[in-house]
Amino acid sequence: MSSLPLHHPAGATEWHLPSKRRVGMSALIAGECAIFTIFVVAYVFYIGKSLTGPTPRQVLDIPIVGTICLLSSSLTIWRAERAIEEERIAWFTLWLAATIALAAVFLIKTILEWKELIYHNGLTISTNLFGTTFYSLVGLHASHVVVGLFLLSSTLVCSLFGWVDSRQSERFGVIALYWHFVDAVWIVVFTVVYLIGR
Amino acid sequence: MGDYSFPVSTPIEPSATASEVGTFLERLHGWVVTVDHKRLGILYILYSTFFLLVAGAEALLIRLQLAWPRNHMLSAQVYNRLFTMHGTTMVFLVGMPFLFGFANYIVPLQIGARDMAFPRLNAFSFWLTAFGGFLLYYSFLGGAGLYGMGNAPDVGWFAYAPLTARSFSPGHATDYWALALIVSGFGTLGTAINIVATVISLRCKGMTLMRMPLFTWLLLVVSMLTLVTITPLTAAQFMLLIDRYLGGHFFDTQAGGSSLIWVHFFWIFGHPEVYVLVLPAFAIANEIIPVFCRKAIFGYPAMVAASLAIMFVSLGVWAHHMFTVGMTSVSTAFFTLSTMLVGVPTGIKIFNWIATLWGGRIRFTTPMLFCIAFLFQFLIAGLTGIMLSVSPWDWQLHNSYFVIAHFHYVLVGAVVFCIFAAFYYWYPKATGRLMNETLGKWHFWLFLIGFHITFDTMHVLGLLGMPRSIYTYQPDRGWNLINMVVSIGGAIQGIAVLIFAYNFITSYWRGAIAGDDPWDAWTLEWATSSPPPSYNFEELPEVHSRRPLWDLKHPDDPDWEYEA
Amino acid sequence: MRLVPAKPLALFGGALACVLRTTTLLAQDRTPSTLVPESTPAHQIFDLSIFVVAITGGIFLVVGGLLAVALFRFRARVTDPAGEPAQIYGSTQIELAWTVIPVLIVVILFLTTARIIFAIEDAPKPKTTLDVTAIGHQFWWEFRYPQYGVVTANELHIPVSSATAPEATFLKLTSADVIHSFWVPQLAGKTDLIPNRVNSMWIDPEKPGLYVGQCAQFCGSQHALMLLRVYVDTPEQFSRWITAQQQLARQDPAVAAGRRVFETQACMNCHTIMGTAATGRFGPDLTHLMSRATLASGAINNTPANLREWIRSPETFKPGALMPAMQLNDEQLDEVTAYLETLQ
Repeated sequence: MSSLPLHHPAGATEWHLPSKRRVGMSALIAGECAIFTIFVVAYVFYIGKSLTGPTPRQVLDIPIVGTICLLSSSLTIWRAERAIEEERIAWFTLWLAATIALAAVFLIKTILEWKELIYHNGLTISTNLFGTTFYSLVGLHASHVVVGLFLLSSTLVCSLFGWVDSRQSERFGVIALYWHFVDAVWIVVFTVVYLIGR
Repeated sequence: MGDYSFPVSTPIEPSATASEVGTFLERLHGWVVTVDHKRLGILYILYSTFFLLVAGAEALLIRLQLAWPRNHMLSAQVYNRLFTMHGTTMVFLVGMPFLFGFANYIVPLQIGARDMAFPRLNAFSFWLTAFGGFLLYYSFLGGAGLYGMGNAPDVGWFAYAPLTARSFSPGHATDYWALALIVSGFGTLGTAINIVATVISLRCKGMTLMRMPLFTWLLLVVSMLTLVTITPLTAAQFMLLIDRYLGGHFFDTQAGGSSLIWVHFFWIFGHPEVYVLVLPAFAIANEIIPVFCRKAIFGYPAMVAASLAIMFVSLGVWAHHMFTVGMTSVSTAFFTLSTMLVGVPTGIKIFNWIATLWGGRIRFTTPMLFCIAFLFQFLIAGLTGIMLSVSPWDWQLHNSYFVIAHFHYVLVGAVVFCIFAAFYYWYPKATGRLMNETLGKWHFWLFLIGFHITFDTMHVLGLLGMPRSIYTYQPDRGWNLINMVVSIGGAIQGIAVLIFAYNFITSYWRGAIAGDDPWDAWTLEWATSSPPPSYNFEELPEVHSRRPLWDLKHPDDPDWEYEA
Repeated sequence: MRLVPAKPLALFGGALACVLRTTTLLAQDRTPSTLVPESTPAHQIFDLSIFVVAITGGIFLVVGGLLAVALFRFRARVTDPAGEPAQIYGSTQIELAWTVIPVLIVVILFLTTARIIFAIEDAPKPKTTLDVTAIGHQFWWEFRYPQYGVVTANELHIPVSSATAPEATFLKLTSADVIHSFWVPQLAGKTDLIPNRVNSMWIDPEKPGLYVGQCAQFCGSQHALMLLRVYVDTPEQFSRWITAQQQLARQDPAVAAGRRVFETQACMNCHTIMGTAATGRFGPDLTHLMSRATLASGAINNTPANLREWIRSPETFKPGALMPAMQLNDEQLDEVTAYLETLQ
């Protein structure tokens, strides 16, 4: 038997495969999309079917500020990605902090909205179909924002300690991919809840 | 078999001293904290084998209860818990872990990698799945304790609303069902992500997607499908818990909700799930059949295309489980058509296997016997599936023993038979020893006879009007003799599985030494030692065709000259 | 409207059906078998199934035959030459053929099936029909006849439908609690009873007699004993039955004690007896309890001893049934049983 054959096609070609981290995060996002789809389907199916209680039109205000903040955070995190790739760590830290701040504003606005809905309008998860589907869907999204905020804040802390440089740019890119997903989901949720459903 | 140039590694000798091997506690600790894909694969397989025996015992109790009409050996409550747990266990604690366990063990070896993409996620996923199973079975200890079977779920493995609402299912039985499956569902999701990332990103040099072994291809397809299959169930289970504990109204008909959307969400999960369970069976057959008829698989590109077609089409057939809920005739017709269409790529696979056998030299070893039985049985199962896809006929057959016969024909006749084949085929790789062929043949023939006695006759029960999920039946309906026959077949299968268990355990110490490549096979896992060292390969290989070992064994006639 | 199978292979399917049919007929004369249809939807389904068996049987013989031939012809023999057999990697023509042919089979099968789907599901409602509303409960059936003002339980009476006097029965189906399914195989396929939703189905049985079935969607602990009895009556029998059902309950002074027990021991909270103060809706209507052959939705025969024991302890016959044992003493049991025995 001979050793490794020499006369074979494509002897010394490059061998590049996609990054396992990006593939893994994309797979996670695919699964998460399926979960969100089910909650969105339930929301859409139950539009107008509540037997009692406050309707979306009566109690929902369009969250313009929160939405602008959250969607802008996609821009800021993109700038942060560019910065870390180009080893501009100070700018990276600033853009990352901006992203966190914008996300925090979004979450605070959500909390204030819910406080108003619960105490002022009497809408809870058990009030009617609208309440059940609204809090589940928006809450599911908000929980994903919280997880993202945790990831971003941990990165910020690492960055402030000076532990971050361009070698972590791929890892940060994966976090950014997750964050873009969260923002994209918000576009869908916003459209379904505040535009179509009202 | 000859010697080939792949560097072969030296495992630790069985006679090594304790200081080299470690004390018992050290070895146990090694297994608990392991992130090695081979060890985790074995843990998954041992875990699912244990639950196979448990759920099998549950099935035998069910069949004992149904052997006579108006039998009151088991009360209605106990029986309802048994059939719920049997189904839930077999799908989530046996089927999925077995298949992901095999994937864990074999995929990195077949693609020439050292481990999975995320070894720690791998371990985390296994322990989540294990905890989910523990939680599900802990339910037997709740409530009234072992008497009356405690708080074990009793709502069917499909847990239809509104039966699962607090008002109709007080106590925690339903909660155990939902929570245990949510937890193990996250474990499943982790493994699926891992497999996708591993196959896409860790293939050895030269292994393009179209040069991967079909086993790996199919597990990639299964993992992608799992991502969008298990997650709808998780979502629906969260909704159920919100209804039960937070006063939600997702499935609350009193508040204008719909019990039907549970049925939709469940089957949006449930139908692709059965493809998640059966595609790995195809994966196993794709490896074993070529080796034991000494020919390459016929039509590799078509097999890949058919697998992808099945993955996509299977997402659009779910309402064939709902033909009787009162859908419009147009919806009924749509799902009838989509279900019939998914039979086309599936049928193509059978043709490809027959064409592989054609012109070969077939060796009837135990793994091959199981694969041959799989071919016949999967053909029949597919045809009864076509019968069920004819929706007017399904209006009679739905929820009857015909359906139970059909899906056991797939899940036992195809999936379990292929799992047994996989055991006999890869056991030598994992342990370094062959399983006993004589015992293997006893196992095969007894299991085959028992399987057919049970499940062939069970179709007739459905045609005679016997519905499923009943703890007893009236003696004047003409079902008595057939039920007895079905139960006897179950007992025979049980004996066969015991023979297998004996073989499985004793061969570890008494089996013939296997060597690296006992079957004269062609994929990369046979190029390293049996068992492989923890790092799999001393040097990562480079491949130029779909059968790298064929190329090495036949340098005058390598595969790459024939592959497109 | 019958589907006449044209394929010769239908002989195989037909022969199989005859064998099974004879077997079931020899067993007993009322059967939940799908192979002895006695109503148009059941006939249409059965005829379609023969066609399907013919096609799938043919596929099985061809593919299974090829498989068997391959295993026999190409088994490894001692006389085989050394080395490996010729490696065939694929063949575009063959693969194309065995893709196209199954697709054509699917098209034929689908078109045939679609015809029956529309025939059964979208059948127009004829002018003379009997309307019945079926409401599923855990674990019994409520049947209402809106055209006659009749409410009964568990045993359905409908008129026979002959060629000269066609009389279909249209059923509306819904549920008061969880999902159930109405299945009397000789008369039609099953249709689910779903809360907050009204489904419909129709049957036109062609022979008088008793047809049996049972609930076909798991609905809780006593799903197995939610049995169905459908009495198909001649027009005269049906007319007599419905008139009797329309009467108010018999008032027999001899059983006044029992009636008092019924009204004071909370029975009337769940049950209705027309013409009395009992108007409960949770349990079956008992106005004409003695016109039924069975109790507890087919679980037991309707005898005085069984009735007394059922009232004393439903757990005896149907553990998990939602009727509670009312802790009556022997005297009360005797009295209330005697009272119910008068409700013809």
